[in-house]
Amino acid sequence: MTATLNKQIPSDGKGTYNLPALPLNIVLAGVGGQGTLVAGKLLGSVAIKLGLDVKVSEVHGMSQRGGSVITYVRIGNKVFSPIIEHGTADYCLAFEELEGLRWSGLLKKGGTMIINSQKIRPLPVLMGKAEYPQDIKELFVKASTDDSHVVEIDALAAAFAAGSSRAVNMVMLGALSYISGIPLPVWEESVMDVFAQKEKLIPLNLQAFHFGRDLMR
Amino acid sequence: MKQILLGNEAIARGAFEAGVKVVSSYPGTPSTEITESIAQYDRIYCEWATNEKVGAEVAIGASIRGARAMTCMKHVGVNVAADPLFTASYIGVNGGLVFVAADDPGMHSSQNEQDSRNYARAAKLPMLEPSDSQECKDFVKKAYEISEQYDTPVMIRLHTRVSHSRSVVELEEPQDIVIRPYVKDVNKYVMMPGMAIRRHVFVEDRMVRLAKDSSENPDGTGLHRITLNSTSVGIITSGAAYQYVAEALPDASILKLGMIWPLPASLIRDFAARVNRLVIIEELDSIIETEIRAMGIACEGKDLLTLQGEYSARMIREALSDEPNHAGGIAQDMLPASPNRPPVMCAGCPHKGLFLALSRLRIQVTGDIGCYTLGALPPTSAMDACVCMGASIGMAHGFDKATDGQDSAHTVCVLGDSTFLHSGITNVVNAVYNQSSITILILDNSITGMTGHQQNATTGLDIRLRPAPSVNLEALCESIGVTSIRVVDPVDTYLCQQVIKEELVKKCVSVIVARRPCALIPIGKGRKEDRTVVNKDNCKACGLCIKMMCPALTEGSDKKPIIDAATCNACGLCINLCRYGALTKGGRKE
Repeated sequence: MTATLNKQIPSDGKGTYNLPALPLNIVLAGVGGQGTLVAGKLLGSVAIKLGLDVKVSEVHGMSQRGGSVITYVRIGNKVFSPIIEHGTADYCLAFEELEGLRWSGLLKKGGTMIINSQKIRPLPVLMGKAEYPQDIKELFVKASTDDSHVVEIDALAAAFAAGSSRAVNMVMLGALSYISGIPLPVWEESVMDVFAQKEKLIPLNLQAFHFGRDLMR
Repeated sequence: MKQILLGNEAIARGAFEAGVKVVSSYPGTPSTEITESIAQYDRIYCEWATNEKVGAEVAIGASIRGARAMTCMKHVGVNVAADPLFTASYIGVNGGLVFVAADDPGMHSSQNEQDSRNYARAAKLPMLEPSDSQECKDFVKKAYEISEQYDTPVMIRLHTRVSHSRSVVELEEPQDIVIRPYVKDVNKYVMMPGMAIRRHVFVEDRMVRLAKDSSENPDGTGLHRITLNSTSVGIITSGAAYQYVAEALPDASILKLGMIWPLPASLIRDFAARVNRLVIIEELDSIIETEIRAMGIACEGKDLLTLQGEYSARMIREALSDEPNHAGGIAQDMLPASPNRPPVMCAGCPHKGLFLALSRLRIQVTGDIGCYTLGALPPTSAMDACVCMGASIGMAHGFDKATDGQDSAHTVCVLGDSTFLHSGITNVVNAVYNQSSITILILDNSITGMTGHQQNATTGLDIRLRPAPSVNLEALCESIGVTSIRVVDPVDTYLCQQVIKEELVKKCVSVIVARRPCALIPIGKGRKEDRTVVNKDNCKACGLCIKMMCPALTEGSDKKPIIDAATCNACGLCINLCRYGALTKGGRKE
């Protein structure tokens, strides 16, 4: 069920956009507390602004307690399953290296993995019962098919630069936005929508978002 | 207007648009956000109930009095509410009444994966099952129509992937809240044998009428959707499973059931006759399949797909299609295994100090449902059993009686403040009355934590964060007849250990309230200047602080601790643990 977007997209004045083929599958993989839920919500807002159908699937409960958390975002003309299958994600945003490794099987051939270089050691590693895998990015490069892309960025440093370590999620979305083919104003309005209830956080989060874009230039 | 809503938010929106007046629920993943979202609609009275049974009874009362009412719970909550549920079926309704039950196939956050559809069948109630957020809203509104038209409570079955998926919903104008007149009617509302015998006849007739109307009016009463494609295979499915079927088998004919109980027999017969092969795809129990087989219709189902866990488009494709699965862009066989990342107690979690004390004491611990169930895992591994809400106290009493009181010298039970109110109190009454010598630890963190911070009757705030009376746990236990009641700060882990030791030897029911607010709520946040700093000169690299597994405290290459100031919540537990004065308060005030 591949389809392309057939509607007028607002331009940001810098040229035309090559919107992605649909459905667009985006995986957000991270550790509880890294803001993947908010990032998922923001992508939902992006889809609505594009006039598309969307499903964002989250798992709550353990999300605040440092467990592994995964959010699936599927955007298309009509989306059925809220879950992204193995080998079908266009983009995998790994908010943490090990979580990128854990969920890397979801990436499709020709997909793009954006990894935040942050490492959060899980309990078995802290207890010395398991090793944190070394050089995950190099492992990905070796294991990826020719047309798949792996990009590593330091989203934590960029978030700190914007004013808060909690803005890692906006840096990651900024990085995605740069290669997504979706116009910048759609993204910026969505950032403002998601933080509409906490207006004073908007400048910081927009800043972090733009730092994320800059990392991809 | 279109909006993107969580399934649970859409249920709340449906209640708002349907003119619901009263909602009373106990939180439980994945149902919690329904009632939290209800609280945003000012005109609806809503509350956190003490437990699911109470929530159900409040809703039943509101319905009898003429208001549209709702109660929401997770699947295991239905067990607690089952008593009123079964008899509410006989009573029927005045104002519409909806029970929402959220199932958790795959057990993302539950102790079992029971299938709530069994309750609809057992209690003889209609049940609707939406498959996305738009249907969540639409089905709630339809549920109220059905409830009032057929004089029946209606159950709505949710699923983690429906409750916790966001999708597009078309919002509509809300109906006015209407309170129907109440007329005393003992034959309908007082269930004694003489009345209930007659109501049972009504209930059976009601289910026959519902099944017939669901068949004859598939788009209306039934909320069914029929897609006729290829005749080679026809699928009967519902809820979240429908989405996987539609994804995996685009050419199949599909009968998607909206009202999943009672089943629309003649509609199913018609559909079965149109296809060469009939397959039932339902997660968890084989309820639809068993019924269809009983109708004498040949079908497949659980011979192809499992009784356990969640389904996926991939599983359905593998079972029923020749289409290959997708190869990934990153070859998994070239990558190392990923170490697990189990959830942990947060930095500053008040439960940590108490569980470290239990771990050092090496005693038996009967546990309960909450964040503190994580105490069963390393590094504390201090839990022997955990069953359901409130069970810790009864189990400890069982240990006591099974050993003529011997085990109570080295057994405690632990449960949280909200769990204690939910179903611990009756257990304390039982233990005191039956002269137990158990030691009960109430972990009072001033919130219902695990489900995402809901207020309860001990917190002094209501669901809308307005001041409310609060239960005094010590006075409550005293009034029951508990003679030994102590209060400790769980961060004083060595003091906790001492107090527990003292209470274990007492030949009576003892209660220890370990009181400190959850570190994730405003009153639990530590002061920045109290955050821990490391004095490396004093540190002997003994590793004691590292072994407690605080997310804010990690081991440096010199085996000495490193504090992540952004994560440290200034609880002071590591400072209390250190025997060498290497950890002190003194974080920078920013």
